Amino acid sequence: MILNSGIPGGPIETSWSRHLADLKLVSPANKRKYKVIVVGSGLAGASSSASLAELGYDVHCFTFHDSPRRAHSIAAQGGINAAKNYQNDDDSVWRLFYDTVKGGDFRSREYNVYRLAQVSVNIIDQCVAQGVPFAREYGGYLANRSFGGALVSRTFYAKGQTGQQLLLGAYSALSRQVKAGTVTLNTWTELLDLVLVDGQAKGIITRDLRTGKISRHAADAVVMATGGYGNVFYLSTNAMRCNVTATYRAYKRGAGFANPCYTQIHPTCIPQAGDHQSKLTLMSESLRNDGRVWVPKKKGDTRKPANIPADERDYYLERIYPTFGNLVPRDVASRAAKRMCDGGYGVGPTGYGVYLDFASAIDRLGEDAIRDRYGNLFDMYERITAENPYKTPMRIYPASHYTMGGLWVDYNLMSNIPGLFVLGEANFSDHGANRLGASALMQGLADGYFVIPYTIGNHLASVTPSSVTTDHPAFAEAEASVTAGIDKLLSINGKRSAESFHRDLGKVIWGKCGMSRTKEGLETALQEIPAIREEFWQNVSVPGTGAQLNQSLETAGRVADFLEFGEIMIRDALTREESCGGHFRDEHQTEEGEARRNDEEYSHSAVWEYTGPDSVPNRHKEELEFKYVLPSQRSYK
Amino acid sequence: MKVTFKIWRQAGGNDKGGFQNYPLDSLTEEMSLLEAIDILNEQLVHDGQEAVAFDHDCREGICGTCGCMVNGHAHGPGSKTTLCQLHMRSFTDGQTITLEPFRATAFPIVRDLVVDRSAFDRIIQAGGYITVRTGAAQDANSTPIGKDDADIAFDAAACIGCGACVAACPNASANLFTSAKIAHLGMLPQGQPERNSRVLGMVEQMDDEGFGSCTNHGECHAACPKGIKLEFIARMNREMVTASITRRKG
Repeated sequence: MILNSGIPGGPIETSWSRHLADLKLVSPANKRKYKVIVVGSGLAGASSSASLAELGYDVHCFTFHDSPRRAHSIAAQGGINAAKNYQNDDDSVWRLFYDTVKGGDFRSREYNVYRLAQVSVNIIDQCVAQGVPFAREYGGYLANRSFGGALVSRTFYAKGQTGQQLLLGAYSALSRQVKAGTVTLNTWTELLDLVLVDGQAKGIITRDLRTGKISRHAADAVVMATGGYGNVFYLSTNAMRCNVTATYRAYKRGAGFANPCYTQIHPTCIPQAGDHQSKLTLMSESLRNDGRVWVPKKKGDTRKPANIPADERDYYLERIYPTFGNLVPRDVASRAAKRMCDGGYGVGPTGYGVYLDFASAIDRLGEDAIRDRYGNLFDMYERITAENPYKTPMRIYPASHYTMGGLWVDYNLMSNIPGLFVLGEANFSDHGANRLGASALMQGLADGYFVIPYTIGNHLASVTPSSVTTDHPAFAEAEASVTAGIDKLLSINGKRSAESFHRDLGKVIWGKCGMSRTKEGLETALQEIPAIREEFWQNVSVPGTGAQLNQSLETAGRVADFLEFGEIMIRDALTREESCGGHFRDEHQTEEGEARRNDEEYSHSAVWEYTGPDSVPNRHKEELEFKYVLPSQRSYK
Repeated sequence: MKVTFKIWRQAGGNDKGGFQNYPLDSLTEEMSLLEAIDILNEQLVHDGQEAVAFDHDCREGICGTCGCMVNGHAHGPGSKTTLCQLHMRSFTDGQTITLEPFRATAFPIVRDLVVDRSAFDRIIQAGGYITVRTGAAQDANSTPIGKDDADIAFDAAACIGCGACVAACPNASANLFTSAKIAHLGMLPQGQPERNSRVLGMVEQMDDEGFGSCTNHGECHAACPKGIKLEFIARMNREMVTASITRRKG
């Protein structure tokens, strides 16, 4: 596997502009001859589809949703970062770059992160021009709030619905191109395989979810913007249908999967209520602007929070991390909550919860101000828990939320398979081992609006348009493999639903590869996962046929991929003998319980190469170089 | 907790459908209604029967995917609540809970509780956007927008496109959905250049899709999980009159 990151080198401040000047161009008259497939319609998929179509490419966008607007970007709550310095608090591209590299615990590429910080300012301009209703001050100018891991206020937001508003902006741009006939939109259509011809990505195989029809689609390039794999935990804040299938099947066709063990456990989610639970709900990190996290000082204190006097409360984030306080990065806040609960200080019926208390903010600012900032989040909390967070503190606990790992890409966002580009959460490029809050929306839109429109031309300029048709044997082979997979699932006629296997997998992954990991636990998981997989293929029940809307079949296919993918995640966690960001190995911690990196041996991205169904994948390395932000022990104290 | 689900089953859009009863026990009040259907489906699948098809995804009330009629109410009895945010504590022990799909000519049934709402996408495609090429935007703070206007635009933009407004309306009108987008963009300075063509295009598409007319029942607002206001329909009607008189499409 050849991993050439293609970073431009030289002074980082000018690296992107110098790189742009060197990219090959496709002439305006020729662009329409190039067919580009975009899989996914979230922030990265919709923004890239719209932007590529505006340039003149023949874009075909695929989503398994009934509408592009359903993509899970829509659920992002808190905000989007941009180095605008509208608050005059000394923010800059440099500071956003610095915070993101440090926040990622020195496991991302400096040059990619610098570009992300640079284009962040263009994103806000673009979105406002589209009509995205960001929060504003009374004078009419844009408002900002603070997020974890930063000492400036650079987060733009639309109440607690920022992802929704940004996605609707990208969706409107996409809709305009659909109307103009430059984007062919395929809804209810799921990617089930990637087609390679002579080592290049040349198309996909899809299933129409309503009719079951399997189709071949040829193209000159394939863009995957299919999101992350957080649902490998079963319980997560991801939408129910988020899955790893597209990226995993690309991996099986030869794409490198980078850093699968880098997963983000978000500190502020509503705790699990029981075994029936199907998903967990996030409470935005923005709440930590005004909410204070605490637990009782006494173990097993079952008094109501209102009856616990101030001097018997431990505001442990403010105590341990006085500089960043409640706004420490997510990995740090999550582990602190876990330590408190493991130590017996947790609250709520299960003991796995901590308080997020708004009483002092309400005293200071009034209930109306808090409602204006977080109203929808408070309502959402009350609906789920039947408790009023204006009157009593929220109970929160960490949950799987985002995945920093993903398909390996070079500086042009192209995977090691020429012609396969990967955007947004689906790639691994910008967040290292931990993502800072409000940076996922930024990256998805940076990739889609301001990177891929330039970099894809560099590849297409060297490709003859429409050189491959769906008659090619590679399409027949891929289609046959997809059909065989579906037939196999339908023919097992076992006794258990695919969901029940997914739950079993999730328990193993959460227990052994969640907030803390040990060699022993990971090795046990390597035994347990194949056993679950084996039973799945003997005992899964998928009623109905393949020629209809069959949600059991859809789920079974996705769970089958998670059952294989989970093992790579475990292997990645096992071989990374250090702690960094979201990857915390109990064996590697400082005396104070913080992550201890091993820069000498692990300052690299681990990239996994598929080697066959029953064979251990190969681990490759992309060494990381830090010239601008020198690695240090991350401190938020 | 014990309930009986009475659920509309229909194999495909052209097949005959009907209600089937499914008694279910050992539920708890903390469960969401969709989690109760998950349990039902697990039992069905265990017995080799086809699961009830229903739309859902984020399960936190923002993606707009879920939705069906619950005892005759779109998204169930709660106000400003999506189906996925409805918990079993909203029902009583022993109750029969009737679930049927959103019914409207413009929302054809796909299977069981799943309907096709792509008509909404086509309404947006007919003008629910501001034309701005990627990269062509000026600095975001160069056009101040008063907070009051910005807040109204935001309230209109909060629509999740679930279709409950159509399902609740006796005429299956899509006026609330369409007007929310027209109001969102029409409140903003960026939305002015295409204001006339937007309302003309979107209303024409809405009519072409087979949605009914608005007769001011207000059921749409009552059913809306985001509380989208009726005043947006008035605003749309006013814009429609202005645009029709000036007969300009741009």
